[in-house]
Amino acid sequence: MSVIALKPGYTGEMKDRVENFHGKQLLYIGWEDHLMYCAPMCIPIEGSTPFGALIQSVIPSLYPAHPDTAKIDWNTVEWFRSGERFTPDPQQTLIANGLGHKANLRFRTPGLTGLKGSCS
Amino acid sequence: MNMPITPQKPAKKLSLKDNYNLLTRGLGWETSYQDMDKVFAQDKFEGIKIHDWDKWEDPFRLTMDAYWKYQGEKEKKLYAIVDAFQQNNGQFNVTDARYINTLKLFLTGVSPLEYQAHRGFAMVGRNFRGTSARIAAQMQAIDELRHAQTQAHTISHYNKFFSGLHDPTHMFDRVWYLSVPKSYFEDAMSAGPFEFITAISFSFEYVLTNLLFMPFMSGAAYNGDMATVTFGFSAQSDESRHMTLGLEVVKFILEQDPDNVPIVQKWLDKWFWRGYRLLTLVSMMMDYMLPKKVMSWAEAWEMYFEQNGGALFNDLARYGIRMPKYHEVASKEKHRLSHEAWATFYNFSHAAAFHTWVPEESEMKWLAEKYPTTFDSLYRPRFEHWREQQQKGERFSNGTLPMLCQVCQVPMFFTEPDDPTKICFRETTYRDEKFHFCSDGCKDIFGNEPEKYVQAWLPVHQIYQGNCFRPGTDPTAPGFEPLAEVLQYYGFHVGEDGGEYLGSLDARNWTQWTGKPAVAE
Repeated sequence: MSVIALKPGYTGEMKDRVENFHGKQLLYIGWEDHLMYCAPMCIPIEGSTPFGALIQSVIPSLYPAHPDTAKIDWNTVEWFRSGERFTPDPQQTLIANGLGHKANLRFRTPGLTGLKGSCS
Repeated sequence: MNMPITPQKPAKKLSLKDNYNLLTRGLGWETSYQDMDKVFAQDKFEGIKIHDWDKWEDPFRLTMDAYWKYQGEKEKKLYAIVDAFQQNNGQFNVTDARYINTLKLFLTGVSPLEYQAHRGFAMVGRNFRGTSARIAAQMQAIDELRHAQTQAHTISHYNKFFSGLHDPTHMFDRVWYLSVPKSYFEDAMSAGPFEFITAISFSFEYVLTNLLFMPFMSGAAYNGDMATVTFGFSAQSDESRHMTLGLEVVKFILEQDPDNVPIVQKWLDKWFWRGYRLLTLVSMMMDYMLPKKVMSWAEAWEMYFEQNGGALFNDLARYGIRMPKYHEVASKEKHRLSHEAWATFYNFSHAAAFHTWVPEESEMKWLAEKYPTTFDSLYRPRFEHWREQQQKGERFSNGTLPMLCQVCQVPMFFTEPDDPTKICFRETTYRDEKFHFCSDGCKDIFGNEPEKYVQAWLPVHQIYQGNCFRPGTDPTAPGFEPLAEVLQYYGFHVGEDGGEYLGSLDARNWTQWTGKPAVAE
């Protein structure tokens, strides 16, 4: 049973359907071992955005105050989609890279482990 | 008409028990024009089976006439003390103005729950067919309304002197972090009457309330806030009645039918976890917001849940009830919860109606003593870095909105039960859409009733959908600043209510009016 309700067959309104976001979709982005920015970010973004734009501009703009941001070597970054390791194609769109509405993208920057190595 | 004169002596006064029965059960009747199942249409769909409502025992045997008398006396005492507090400028006797931020959190996050509880118990009082249960719920509904009022009246005095206290009900329905308590209570109120009363009377009032009221009231006493201590005392006898009712409710339901046991266990699992997630706000209040600390969150959790709660569940084992699921996760999290939470509010202080700050060196020492395995290694570097940045005039803040858990609605800052350096991610797909959770506890709750939680009003998503602007706002206008507009929609006094404490209006006024430093030494 998907809900305990007075009326049989009750269903709920899907509150965060992609159509509600004015042509954009939601993308969650988390930086492993860097918890000074306390939680993964949630951003609205066009699904047609090339993945390379995340590296070029989007992600650095989310973490402007972290001392490690400028030290990121994007060639060695490890990417995770819903927790699974994957190799994105920077030329392809987010959607073509399997990052649809409410996708969870995480990245790890080997060698960088936050303030004084505290994962902050 | 003249009354006939009878030579007999007046009837003997009724015994307490007879009086109670007449004024409770004696007020009910079996309906005949309408089927009882139509009159009480909501007390069966949850699957709970009740065979004999007369088995319900109210341990206090309180009747309405006595109730009004007791409560009236308490009101008189409370308001006399509140008057004296106001006339003596008691607001300036607190440790320092950082303390006021606990009141902001309480008034915007807890007092509206008292009002929600009033509404919830009024609904339960209508929906149970057992008369004594209805009357107990009615009294609690009135208690909760009284608590909401006495808290508003007491704290309103602080509103004359400090920011962020001007409109708690408006904020409660809109502000991102207040959706955590709001959604908690609305989840309970939109369930059936048995789940509501199990959630609120037992899981919250009985199991967890000591972790809410004790820290706020002892914190008030330690920090010189006699007004808050007084409404705490005035509510205390009600709270003990509510707690006892909570235990009676659960025992009554469990004793009525063995089929009720698994249903109740599922509710206990769910509402333990939801209540515990809600208490995240209390953990940071205890460890970071009280200038004079009462005890650490970890110590409070050990005393009030691990020991007292453990004994309670041992007692319930004879009904076939076990400890709530994931209690061991809560114990693993006790050394990090408050630090993660306070750091999150520090990130988003510009979007909150209370101030945040970096703990003083003496406080960091206290935190390191209380949290020897985590504080210095994981959290101190963060705070020291933030302090350096602030001294350079670059106070840290996070300009992007966070990902939220679909169920508890808290930003996803919780870490893996066995690794405090890794964010805990859980996800599922339902009706072709992805949903994300902060924990197995929240994921299980969604999995049991997905049709309920797909409807969650998640503040971050609502902002991006454009639903958190004032009417008439044009988000396409040149120079439109979404965050500034959202804060207006929240009803904040931008630049006064939130942000960094040092240098804030509250801090400056405090020093000017009292001659004392903004941070007590």
